[in-house]
Amino acid sequence: MSASPTRPEGVPSTERAGPVLQVRDLQAHFRTRYFGVNREVKAVDGVTFDIRRDETYGLAGESSSGKTTLIKTVAGLVKPPLEMVGGSVRFSFLPGYDALHRAPPQEVARIRWRHLSYIMQGSMNVLNPLRKVGGTFKDFAARHMGGPGPVFQEKVVEHLGRLRLDPSVLQAYPHELSGGMRQRVTIALATICRPEFIIADEPTTALDVLVQKDVLGMLRSVQREMRSSVLFVTHDMGVHAHLTDRLGIMYAGRLAEEGPTRTLFERPLHPYTRHLIASLPRIGDDTPRKALEGSPPSLADPPPGCRFHPRCPLAMDVCRTAVPKMVEEEPGHRVACHAVSGERAL
Amino acid sequence: MLAILRDLLRYNIEFRIGLLLVGTVLGMAMLSFVSPYSPIDVYVAPPDVPPSEAYWFGTSSRGQDVFWQLTFALRNTLAFGFVVAILSRILSLLIGLVAGYKGGWVDRVLMSINDTFIIIPLFPILILFYFVLRDSMSWVLLAVIMACLGWAYDARLIRSVAMGLKTREFTQTSLFSGMTTREILTREHLPYVMPIVFSTTMNNMNWSIGLEVTLSVLGFTDINTPTIGGMIYWANQHTAIVAGIWWWIAFPVIFIVMAFVGLYLLAVSMNEYIDPRSRLARVGGGGS
Amino acid sequence: MHGYLAYCLKRIGQFLLVVFIGVNLAYVITHATPIDPVEQSVSAVTSFSSTAPDAIAQMRESLQELYGLKGSRWDQYVTFWRRILVGDFGPSLSAFPTPVSALIARALPWTAGLLITSTLITWALGNLLGGLAGYYRKNRSLKLMGVLAMGIHPVPYYIVALALLVAFGFIWPILPIGGGSAMNLPQGWNWAFVSSVIKHSILPSLSLILLGLGSWFLGMRSLVSNIVTEDYVVYAEVAGVDSRRILTSYVMRNALVPQVTGLAMSLGAIFNGAVITEKVFGYPGLGSLLIDAVYAGDYSLVLGVTTVSILGVSICVLVIDLLYPILDPRVQVA
Repeated sequence: MSASPTRPEGVPSTERAGPVLQVRDLQAHFRTRYFGVNREVKAVDGVTFDIRRDETYGLAGESSSGKTTLIKTVAGLVKPPLEMVGGSVRFSFLPGYDALHRAPPQEVARIRWRHLSYIMQGSMNVLNPLRKVGGTFKDFAARHMGGPGPVFQEKVVEHLGRLRLDPSVLQAYPHELSGGMRQRVTIALATICRPEFIIADEPTTALDVLVQKDVLGMLRSVQREMRSSVLFVTHDMGVHAHLTDRLGIMYAGRLAEEGPTRTLFERPLHPYTRHLIASLPRIGDDTPRKALEGSPPSLADPPPGCRFHPRCPLAMDVCRTAVPKMVEEEPGHRVACHAVSGERAL
Repeated sequence: MLAILRDLLRYNIEFRIGLLLVGTVLGMAMLSFVSPYSPIDVYVAPPDVPPSEAYWFGTSSRGQDVFWQLTFALRNTLAFGFVVAILSRILSLLIGLVAGYKGGWVDRVLMSINDTFIIIPLFPILILFYFVLRDSMSWVLLAVIMACLGWAYDARLIRSVAMGLKTREFTQTSLFSGMTTREILTREHLPYVMPIVFSTTMNNMNWSIGLEVTLSVLGFTDINTPTIGGMIYWANQHTAIVAGIWWWIAFPVIFIVMAFVGLYLLAVSMNEYIDPRSRLARVGGGGS
Repeated sequence: MHGYLAYCLKRIGQFLLVVFIGVNLAYVITHATPIDPVEQSVSAVTSFSSTAPDAIAQMRESLQELYGLKGSRWDQYVTFWRRILVGDFGPSLSAFPTPVSALIARALPWTAGLLITSTLITWALGNLLGGLAGYYRKNRSLKLMGVLAMGIHPVPYYIVALALLVAFGFIWPILPIGGGSAMNLPQGWNWAFVSSVIKHSILPSLSLILLGLGSWFLGMRSLVSNIVTEDYVVYAEVAGVDSRRILTSYVMRNALVPQVTGLAMSLGAIFNGAVITEKVFGYPGLGSLLIDAVYAGDYSLVLGVTTVSILGVSICVLVIDLLYPILDPRVQVA
């Protein structure tokens, strides 16, 4: 697994100051065997991307596109039945290991929360229901901040103040807080150690729109202030447009397209991206939206070639047999589509 | 159903062991139909003979062949457990489904009564029954009494499933299509709770057989019907342990323990099949 | 605080309901049966000796008075409740004229001591080991313990008690197998008596512990193996929280909540087990008292012990219920 001297295919050319996260050809599969039935679900099947310092990288896709599996693997949550089958996940703050879960436990303990934190989906259940919020802060962060004590307490209160949270939340149990409050507390929890890298998995999905906006704004301002990198995952394209710097579109376990968010929204190349952006509601536009025919493929038995071809309006013969390669169409804008690359080649 | 049994048999070690144990005990019980002796006759064999070729499990101080006596005892004890289980299943299904579906005050009233039966120590109640009924306490009556006392725990279980079913779409559809409560419960909900009914049957049998054995050992049942508890009762009456007639107690105990463990394992493995969460835990634990 | 009050009232209501149903059950069983305890006692006396008819009539009269069987059904019912509320169950027939309440008061500490100690040990140990077994699923000795628990847990109390009696009373006689203490010792707070009590309680409590351990172990193990997949545990793992802290404050802490409810729910069954275990080891508690009373045909004693058992168990359940909010702050708002 040594880094090859020649740059792997499809790697973006704009690498300033070295990326914080480098994901190369990552393959993560679910392997289950129960009552004699073997199943292998290729949830992530060959994904390559980088995340730079001080940027928010968005990851979009439908619910079974493999994006949750991808971030689990990135976060080192690789436990059976999930297995990392191939590729590498390298962090700049964890040199020498090609995945977090392969590093020795004390290394991992050093990294977690200090350098890499996580905002999990479903704010309802991510906080221990029988522990006061203050206790959770101690468990999560005290060891990186000189141990629990008055100084630590002071730092926590100060941090909460930055996020416009009242120190009284520390004395509360999670069930005593509203959904929006709880999510703000998790964001405070994830940012207290000022980590370089934050993974945010659908952090606002369960919240109502106004609270969503508030929470997102808060996340944005913390990220700007700390200059950390955020891997932001949501299926909501509106949120991506609002928040992310660069965007990767996942479809059926692979990246379909990647580029600066603005470019992607202005000039989407992949038919799937085009569909996603076209289906966004716009004020004043009342033309009916076309629904995509068919449903996302089963990852246990994905279609050959380009996985999007059964639903693709531009599908050609080659799409049914050959897997399209990621091609850099313009600087920093990559797409995996025979139709798009074919047009350019001609 | 058959496919489930086949899967369990092939991939679940607990189920296999459970089936083997219960099968052995059932086989033993079936042998009672070809017994050369009547179970109530005494002094049909020389008393106190240790296990030998002629008497595999020895003979008792009452001159009974322990092997054949045991076949009758197992048959009666298992039949007892089965009857109690069937009767109490009917009660817990009825109460659990109605409480879960109706909700509101019906649910609160039924569950208060339900919890009462869970909390009250039933053994003294059963003893009280025996105390006033004495010789009129028959096998069937005891089964009915136990069924009336032993439905509560499983009714709570069935209720929780029924509560989940109530919010499902198909319940609403049936409601709008004009089905009555009774029709919805029997046609739509019953099939969903049947797996729990099966697995609790085993646990309920263990419960009732355990109490029956205990009551019989004390002589608080119809001691003339041969049961496992009854055998131990007579052995204790003849101070078999002190007299060294160990086989009189050991064989009934071994077989009834086999029955208990077997039924329990069947219940556990079926539960695991029903509950996807524990199934997932198994996948997670055994996957690497 | 308002939430806690409402919760308490609800639990006390449930407690009163349990007592009400339990006592009524006892009333119905004893009063709605074809067998008349008065006639039974009369025939028990007259079968041994010939007694003058008016002496029998007088005896019948006083027995009816004694058993609260005088007057209409309603009168009897009221008498029944009045006696229970003042704790007067009349004199015991078999230990005449000792009042039933005195016999129960003598036996109650033995049962309470045996039951509370062994239940607490069982619950704590079973949950600790079961929790470890659920968390460290690959540990060999914990796996073995699970197999053993599956083998012992489903067996009824009587069989386990019998096995221990044979093992330590006959095959390897190292422990006393009968009574609550050595016969010749006067009761008192001295070492000789206390150590004798402890020695005599080893086998009965061991049989209670062996059985209970299995069920708490298995219950806790499956609870924990579900809880480790909960979001808040996974999240703590991603955060790199110390694994011992996760085990104690996250996994075990949350699993204990249903296990405390489980404890309240199973006290009745535990008491059932204690009755038979006491009898097997001749332990001088309520269980032995009850069973001997049945053998002696002592109507008022049987009724008294049954009522006190129902009361005792439901009081323990109530205590657990009222303490429960300390463990789970969520009930205060619910």
